[in-house]
Order: sequence, then structure tokens, then C-alpha cells
Amino acid sequence: MKLNDNIVALATPSGAGAIAVIRVSGPDAIELVAPIFKAKSRKDLREQPSHTLHLGNIIDGERILDEVLVSVFHGPKSYTGENTIEISCHGSPYIQQEIIQLLIRKGCRSAEAGEFTLRAFLNGKMDLSQAEAVADLISSENQASHQMAMQQMRGGFSNEIQKLRQELLNFASLIELELDFAEEDVEFANRDQFKDLVSRIQHVLKRLIDSFAVGNVLKNGIPVAIVGEPNVGKSTLLNALLNEERAIVSEIAGTTRDTIEDEISIGGVGFRFIDTAGIRETEDVVESIGIKRTFEKISQAQVVLYLFDASRLSTSDRHPELVSGSSTSEDGNSPTLDQVKLEIEKIRNQFPQKPLVILANKVDKLSREARANLKSHISDLNTISAKSGEGVEDLQQKLLQFFNTGELRNNNTIVTNTRHYNALLSALEEINKVQEGLNNNLSGDLLAIDIREALHYFGEITGEITNDDLLGNIFANFCIGK
Amino acid sequence: MFDKEYDVIVVGAGHAGSEAAAAAANMGSKTLLITMNLQNIAQMSCNPAMGGIAKGQIVREIDALGGYSGLVSDTSAIQFKMLNKSKGPAMWSPRVQSDRMMFAEHWRLRLENTPNLDFYQEMVSGLLIENDRVVGVRTSLGIEVKAKSVILTNGTFLNGLIHIGDKQFGGGRAGERAATGITEELLQLGFEAGRMKTGTPPRVDGRSLDYSKMIEQPGDDVPAKFSYLDETAPLKKQRSCYMSYTSPEVHELLKEGFDRSPMFNGRIKSIGPRYCPSIEDKINRFADKDRHQLFIEPEGWNTVEMYINGFSTSLPEDVQFRALRSVAGFENVKFFRPGYAIEYDYFPPTQLKHTLETKLVNGLYFAGQINGTTGYEEAGSQGLIAGINAALKVQEREEFVLQRSEAYIGVLIDDLITKGTEEPYRMFTSRAEYRTLLRQDNADFRLTERSYKIGLASEKRLRKMEEKKEKSAAFVNFLKDTSVVPEEANVVLEEKGSSPMKQSDKIFKVFSRPNITMDDVRKFSGVNEFIEANDLKEEELEQTEIQVKYSGYIEKEKNNADKLNRLEGIKIPENFDYSRIKSMSYEAREKLRKVKPTSVSQASRISGVSPNDISVLLVYMGR
Repeated sequence: MKLNDNIVALATPSGAGAIAVIRVSGPDAIELVAPIFKAKSRKDLREQPSHTLHLGNIIDGERILDEVLVSVFHGPKSYTGENTIEISCHGSPYIQQEIIQLLIRKGCRSAEAGEFTLRAFLNGKMDLSQAEAVADLISSENQASHQMAMQQMRGGFSNEIQKLRQELLNFASLIELELDFAEEDVEFANRDQFKDLVSRIQHVLKRLIDSFAVGNVLKNGIPVAIVGEPNVGKSTLLNALLNEERAIVSEIAGTTRDTIEDEISIGGVGFRFIDTAGIRETEDVVESIGIKRTFEKISQAQVVLYLFDASRLSTSDRHPELVSGSSTSEDGNSPTLDQVKLEIEKIRNQFPQKPLVILANKVDKLSREARANLKSHISDLNTISAKSGEGVEDLQQKLLQFFNTGELRNNNTIVTNTRHYNALLSALEEINKVQEGLNNNLSGDLLAIDIREALHYFGEITGEITNDDLLGNIFANFCIGK
Repeated sequence: MFDKEYDVIVVGAGHAGSEAAAAAANMGSKTLLITMNLQNIAQMSCNPAMGGIAKGQIVREIDALGGYSGLVSDTSAIQFKMLNKSKGPAMWSPRVQSDRMMFAEHWRLRLENTPNLDFYQEMVSGLLIENDRVVGVRTSLGIEVKAKSVILTNGTFLNGLIHIGDKQFGGGRAGERAATGITEELLQLGFEAGRMKTGTPPRVDGRSLDYSKMIEQPGDDVPAKFSYLDETAPLKKQRSCYMSYTSPEVHELLKEGFDRSPMFNGRIKSIGPRYCPSIEDKINRFADKDRHQLFIEPEGWNTVEMYINGFSTSLPEDVQFRALRSVAGFENVKFFRPGYAIEYDYFPPTQLKHTLETKLVNGLYFAGQINGTTGYEEAGSQGLIAGINAALKVQEREEFVLQRSEAYIGVLIDDLITKGTEEPYRMFTSRAEYRTLLRQDNADFRLTERSYKIGLASEKRLRKMEEKKEKSAAFVNFLKDTSVVPEEANVVLEEKGSSPMKQSDKIFKVFSRPNITMDDVRKFSGVNEFIEANDLKEEELEQTEIQVKYSGYIEKEKNNADKLNRLEGIKIPENFDYSRIKSMSYEAREKLRKVKPTSVSQASRISGVSPNDISVLLVYMGR
């Protein structure tokens, strides 16, 4: 851990709130913030006394990111004991990330868990009896963040990174083998294969970097497609999730516009809901165009909610028990249970990778028996009543869970963690150097310098450390030794 | 007989013991070298060669520090090769084939000519210890010799057990008896001990081989040498080695003896080096390879004895013999000595400090195979460091420790005492974080001045290093300051397939391009004149070339090394109580308690200690 550079991080809990505080600490904290802060008073931050408060805008070039309050603290009279700036901005995760990213681009480093407190301690702002508390804090925060990262990565990009890291490690071992066992009868690293690996790694890293939250998740919300026939309660569901009357709701099918797109923040994570027309087989030309459109929208989304009206399934000879005791549909337009199952199958077949949530709405109108029967026919069924609110919270949790466990994938993967993002950027930089070296036929010992650096950054994401791995790998796989 | 008290007693006269005795004596300590057999000083127990990849760099470091291994290797060499010459300069590794008998003889003569050094032939069977402090040794005849410090370099002799097939017998080397007593006494003092295994191949009669069926392996056309001093000269004539291969037939014959192999029937339990496996191990683990390389190395200028590198084995001698007779060129081979495996005691090196002094007993030092290493170079360098530090301690002076970014010797010792070792430890370049800094061409720049300051490296050595440094620096500056015009440069660039220049540029920048060599640059006007006017020698030209062509990488690694050194500066008090850090994992606390790292940087290299643990530790160090 470096202790004399400039660090930045969110000082308030992550997620949406009214106000968020971003803290910058380090010898050049004030110099770093001054050029991106335009005070209303036109004063230069660098010339302001300690413990003063300034209103103004954070600017990225010409663009205003947010109107903020900036507090100036000169070391050693600050929390960390170093020069410190605290930026109170509006609480949107998007704004927070934009400002933090801007500061990182200007030369700050993303602070490690507990690093502000660590610096405060090291600069004598706390007495030694508090060391235990600080240490506890660091270890617990590290564990928590590690756990979160692991969770996020379990289904997401950890596999990908781990696989690439292993491949890179194998090549690094081959290179080391050439170097340390050059006298012996060993195979050599195939440079063409290596070039191929390097370009694959570049491709993946670029994709992961592009997927980074700021540009994607936080900015636009996670796209969620709601698939369902008219009048199955899509708008009501949105309202229930939103907790406010935004979409117009009526009993007449087709009351809502063609699409509703609504952004909802659940637990600090933005979700963008896209309404679709459903996918029932039809001979009607207009409707079949609608089906095509629905599939397009599903393909853009990262999660699919399939919603049907459990209270209005058509009577089917094979499943009379499902409709008993409920207001059976009279118009013959309602789908049968088999049709519902068929549609679910269709979505699954078309988008096998996409998380799909199946929702039976209006279950408040069903008997307990009918609900149980329904569940026995459709696996992974969630029962819900958008109107009464039953099951809505479960759905919110489910959506959040997708986010946290990384099941939400844009091209399979999203990077949301700033530290991962930075590690990916650094890894890409080193990989680019490796590629340049390969193209120039650079000797293995020099290639190895850049490869080791790249492995180091991969390790920052996967939590693995390299040096001994290389030799272990060599001894395990190659016959060496005279 | 021994009424005086010595400053330093060295037990054992192999590579570690000889370097230790020389260093201590040269630093002014009254030193006694005790060995079981004075005929066998500085024996090459295994292959007759010094140096090689990473090891050659170590020999250069020993020489730069004022040790004898480089000088002795130069005067007893029969062949010189600079390995890895096609790779970057960090990989260039000098290696010699040695005349085994000459090597030992030259070592003995150098030691005899070293002031302050006495010799005695006896087996040391115990240590004299008072209040956790060593005060001398006891021999098997009961003689007690007093000393302020003792360096143990017992090699493979401690309870050595030799295996050939199902036969086994005590011994420290073929034909020499094992040493007993010391292990038991150290265990009683609270030391932890383990067993290791190593092996050696058969030696054969060169007159019985058919070299026409083998591939000749000559030395370099322009041989170089190890020592930075002018005292030795490169070889004028050389002897060749030869190469042959095993075959499926050979493998089948060897397999017939597997049931009598102590490696496979469980008789040998200890771990041997994975990178120096026996031939039976190679066949067993890599069954898909249908041949393995064998190098046939002469044992000296005049002897007919040949060493079969790559055929290390502990199979029964009849199996060794039959199998070897199936190798091309070996149809009529006559054996001089069969190969064998040896098991011996070692002491996990995590029990040592960076000076190689034991943590348990004051003034007691360990060096060489007793620490779980393998190789003459690894042993010699440890002996040197132990000898230096024993002398410094007696003189009550500050300890001498080399950093990982400073020398392979630094990497070696830090690895040993921080991570310990499960198998015989050999140096590889990949063990070093900053390989590009630890080159064979600059060991003198890295180490000679430090050694001169403690009184080991001679003034002559220092002056020579300074001259090389100044002259190459001046040449680099000349290349940075002097421009070359396109008309002149483009002729050379075109020839090398490098894109032409449009306007004048500094020679340094042109030289930095790939494929452009010193010979190309010498065609530019003014360059040869500068070289002649300043009387630049070959090694100064080479040094300049490296500094120009690899400046980017060298800078990068220097910066990285500086970062590491910052953590190096955060010291941990010697008796720091890790048990009170509850926020650290139990495993980390146990490891730290055992290893007792001296700096946060060292702590971070202990396996089982996570970056998280290090953050917590930093808090307790108050930075």
C-alpha cells in the first residue's frame, strides 16, 4: 500500500441518497480538485484558508457534472492529517461515479477499504489504543468488499478473468522455461499462439472496460423487458415497483402506450423497464410484427420478466382444476396454461443465457388450492399481486440479487467495481506492451516483465498472487533437469 | 593443542565452508577451518561445472564481493560458455566445465595463502554453548576449541545415508563417512530438522565410449571468464562435451529395476529436487517422452573419467549398467563409479536471520546444504555471507545484508529464511522480481563498493569497477550528446531494415532501436575516435550497449524496486507480539510468529500472509 499518494473515495454509504460526500486526501488533494471546481465566487480553491466551504460546479472540460459544496481542509488539521477536500454532491450513483472517475483521471488513486482511517491513524490523528479498532475496520471492510466482489464475480467475469489469467500464466511459464532451462530439451512457447492469446485477452479486457458501470448500468439502469399480453397488469406492476402512480392503469386492454420505459431505483441500483406486447402466436399481420418487436426488445434487455394473468386462464380440458373458483375468462382470447408454458419455452429457447423471471399476476383472485396447482405445473413460478402488493418485495429482492451475483450480463458481463475497472485498465496497458514486444520479437526476459505486471493486475481482481505459481507450473508440467 | 580462542570456526570445507573461511579470515578474523578430510577441500561432489543460468550470475556476485569461487573457476576451467546469449542481457549466464581435481587443488592453495586461517582435520561432533551463545566446538576425539562464533557447513554429511538399489549405507559422499552428533545436539537445543534427498549419476571410462555416435558440444569461440579481476585470463584451448539420448529401450531396461528402486519402494521418504530429477523419476513422471538428453562431461584436462549428466539414479548398479549400455555410444561402456542417491539432515532455514545466524543460538551460523539448498554456487554464496557476518559480529560491527533488488544472493537468502523450502532449493532467474537489474555484467557495480566498505573487496577491485563505471557512463553521455545526420545513419538503418531518419538525431536514440548494435554505431563518425581516445575495453563497450539498449526496462524495474524498498524500510521490532492482533488471520499470525520477519516487506512475502494482513500490520507499525 502506498502511503504518500492522493486517494479518492466515496465517504458516505454507496447507493442513492439525498447527498453523497466524496473525499480526496493526499499532499496534492487541493491542487487536484481546484482545476475541476468552478466556484460561484470565482475564487481559486488553492488560495482558500483551511476549514472553509465553497459553492460551485464540478466541471469536466466544458461539461458541468453537478453543483456541489466543497470543504477545504489543510493538513494536518483534517481527518486524515493530510490536505483534504470533501465534495458534497447530489446522491445519484451516476454522479458519484462520474466525479470519482474524473478525479482518478486527474491523478487520484481509488482508496483501499479503510485507507482514510489508516492514514488518519498513521498521521497521529488517533492514539495507539485505537489501532485495534482501525485494524478491525480494515479487515472487516476488506473481507466485506472481497466477499462482495467474489459474489459479483461468481457468475460474472471472474471465470473469464480466471481462465485468461491461467492461460497467461501458462504462457508466462513457457517463457520462463525458455529462460531458465534454455540448455535443456524443452519445448518453446509458440509465439503465434501467444499473439493469438494476447489479442483474445485484449478483446475481453476492452469489452469488460466498456461495460463499466458509469457508461452502462449506472447511467441507463439495467434494462428489464416485461413480456405479457395486454391487460395482464404490467402497468400495475410497474406502479407497485415504483410505489407511485406513474403509468396509467385501467381495466381496458391497451390503455398504456406502445411501450413504457421507466427507470426505477431499487436499493440504489437503477433498473430500466421496457414494456413489450407479448409473443402469442397469431395470424394477424400487425400482431406478428409486434412479436418480432418483442423479441428485439428482449434481446436488448438483461433480464426478462414474463407476466401472465393467473386469474384469466382459458378453461382447458386437461387442467379444469386450475380455473375452478375463479372468474373464468369468457372471451376465449385468454391463453390456456399450455399456451403460457409454450411461450415460456419459446423465450427460454431463444435466450437461454438470459435470466427469466416468471410471474403469475392477480393471484389474489385465486384460491390457495389453485395457486398450488399452478405452481406444480410451471417450475420457478413466482406468484404476485401487483394490486395488493403481494410478492412485489420478493421481486425487488430477486432483481437486486441478479445484480449482486452478477447474473446480469451485457454481453455476459458487467464491471461495476471501480477498483476492478482500474485493474482492468492497467492490465490492458501491460497487455498492449506485451503485444508490442511480441511484434518486435522482444527477448523473453523483457517480455516477462510486462507479462508479470499484467498477471499482477489480474491478481488484483481474482485475489491470486503469482511469483511462486510460475515455477510450480513449470515443475508440474515439464520434464526438466539434467 | 588449541589454547587460543578463535574468532570464527568453520565446520566443513566444501563450497560454503571454503568461502566462509576465506571471507572471515580476509576480514581479519582469526579463523579455523575444520574438516573431516583435508584431502577433500572444495570437492565438486556432483557435476564438474560452475555457473549456468542464474548460478553464473551468483558466481559473478561472489567474485564482485571478493570471494574466491570465480577466480578458482577461471583457473580450473576446461570449457567456457555464455548461455542464453540470444536473449536479453539479464539472461546471459556464464558457465564453465571444470577440471575437478584442479578445482579442489586451486581452492586449497588459495586458502593456504589466506592470512589468519588455520586448518585442522577432525570430525566436529558437538557445540559448546553457554547461555544461548556458542563458545566453541567439540571434536569426536573430545578436543574442545574455543571460538566467538561457529559456522556450520555440513553439506550432505549430517547422518548421510547412501542408497544404491536396495543397498544402503551411511556416508557423506561415496567413499566418505557420515557425520553424527551435531543434529541430535541441535534438536536438543530446540532446532527443527528435516531430511532431504539428492542424487548423482554414474562416472564412466571415457576410453570405452564411441563419440562418433554423439553430438559434440564445444565451448564458445570467444570464451569469457568469471572474475572481474585481471588476475585470471580467458581460456585459450578448451575440451568439448558430448550429447546423446536415452531411448524407449533404455527406459524399458531401467523399469526392470523399479521394484528395487529406493525411490519407488518407499525406502527414500525425503523429497528430492523436482528440477534435477533422477532418470527413473523422469521416465515415471513423463511417460510420454520417449527420450531424454544426456550430457557427457569430461572430469578434467587429462583424466579419462567422464560424468553422465542427466542420468542421476539410485537404481541397482547392474540395472544402471545394463541400461546405459543401450545408449548410443555407450555400447562398451566401463563404469568407474555407479550413481547413487543420498539422504541427509537439513534445518529448515526459516530458523535463520538474514545474516544466516540462527535465531536460537547467538553466534551460530548455517550455510549451504544444511539450509536445504543445492548447488555449489548457492552454497558458496551463503558461506560468503555467513563468513562476512560472523566476522562483523565478532568485531561488533553492523550486519551485512543484500536486498532482493541488489543481488541473487539477496533473493536466495530472503527466500530461504522467509519461505523456507520443501525441496532442495536452487536459484532460477524467475525467482528474482527484478531480473533485469541483476545481470552478470554489473555484479561489480552492484556489490563491490559495499564489500570494499566492510573491508573485504580489495582496493584494486574497487578501482577497476570505478574505472569501468566511469568510462561506460562517459560513453553513454557521449552518445546522448552527439548527433548523427540522416545521410550517414540511413545507410546503416536501411541495411538493418529499420526505417530511415528524416532529420538529425542523437546517436543514443538510433542505438536504442531494435537490431541496431554497437558495430553499427561504430560506423558513425566520431564514435570510433571516442572509443580509441578513451581506450574503452570490450567490457566497457558491452556495458554501454546494455545501458543504452535496455534503459527503458532497467528504469522501469528500478522504479518498481524502489517501491518495494519503501516497505523494506518499515521495520518490525524483533520481539513483536503478533498474538495481540486479533484482526489478523490465525494462519498469518502463526506464520509471522515463526518467521519473525524484520520488515513489513519481508512479511508480505510469507505464504499465507495476505495483503489484508499486511494492511493491518502497517497499522501496528504506526506506518
